[in-house]
Amino acid sequence: MQYLYRAQWSPYIVGIGIGILSWISFLVSKKALGTSTTYARTAGMLEKLFNETGVSNNQYYQKITAEINWQWMLVLGIVLGSLFSSLISGEFGFRFIPETDFPSFVNYTVWGRFLSALFGGLLLGFGSRLASGCTSGHGISGTMQLSIASWLAAISFFVGGIITAFIIF
Amino acid sequence: MTREKKFSLVKGLLTGIIFGFLLQKGQVTRYNVIISQLLLEDFTVLKIMLSAVVTGMIGIYFLKGRNLINLSLKSGSFFTTIVGGLIFGAGFALLGYCPGTAAGAAGQGNLDALFPGLAGMIIGSGLFAYIYPVLNPMIEKNKFKNLTLPQLFSVKPVKVIIPMVLGIIAFLIVLENLGL
Repeated sequence: MQYLYRAQWSPYIVGIGIGILSWISFLVSKKALGTSTTYARTAGMLEKLFNETGVSNNQYYQKITAEINWQWMLVLGIVLGSLFSSLISGEFGFRFIPETDFPSFVNYTVWGRFLSALFGGLLLGFGSRLASGCTSGHGISGTMQLSIASWLAAISFFVGGIITAFIIF
Repeated sequence: MTREKKFSLVKGLLTGIIFGFLLQKGQVTRYNVIISQLLLEDFTVLKIMLSAVVTGMIGIYFLKGRNLINLSLKSGSFFTTIVGGLIFGAGFALLGYCPGTAAGAAGQGNLDALFPGLAGMIIGSGLFAYIYPVLNPMIEKNKFKNLTLPQLFSVKPVKVIIPMVLGIIAFLIVLENLGL
């Protein structure tokens, strides 16, 4: 029980836990763990507020439907699960500039952090749509199903990430 | 809303709560852990992903063999997967979280993930939807004919799973021995 309150678990325990969670997800929900389509659905839901016909005529929103679904609730659950975990370990706290051992213009000032997070998020949103998945949908769920697209995507995520990180830091 | 739909939303929420709890305990909701991984100084992210993949792969193919589940596969082409993946990677390094861990970071109080991070992902996805009609012919072109590695090599899944599981375990042992 004490283990539940610890700030950090062994990465292998966490990984095995996520692996088992994906069995349960396939069995119970008939779905693979994934998150990034939720941001596209949210974009459509927000745009619907002032441009309903634009959204209903858009080919992409016809494909994914801009409404709350299983995965949208999963992303909301991630926020709550992490909130719970950080509250019981005492790690919860509001901060805008994250703690880091790698100070740089992207994380040193409020403006640097604001712009790097906004632009980084924009690239994540666009890239995950073009590749049809993210670190969970492709990187974990797709690779475990031995999907060719997912292995290729996961390798590309890290190649792009490593190159960019070495340029920035 | 039908009962079935409501039930599906509840199942999604519960799955997400466990997922978020595990991501936070694994520390991958921290900016520093993600950046350390991309700078190849700490391999927590890959250790979690690869042990999830090994565990998941064995269970998923076992369940599929007993006809208890169906696979849920994504397609794509070399172009969309690699270009999309590289753009994603650049965003991963700039934001310091990925779409799932950004939600987790927001939950532990990181406002950078909550406001500019999530807003950026929504804007980027919306931009994609906006230009999707233009991109669509390119996206639909040259899609992979085989969806999985066993199909590509025309072998039984177990012949891919065994070497892959052993390879991943060997890689993780090497990482531990190097102290990464």
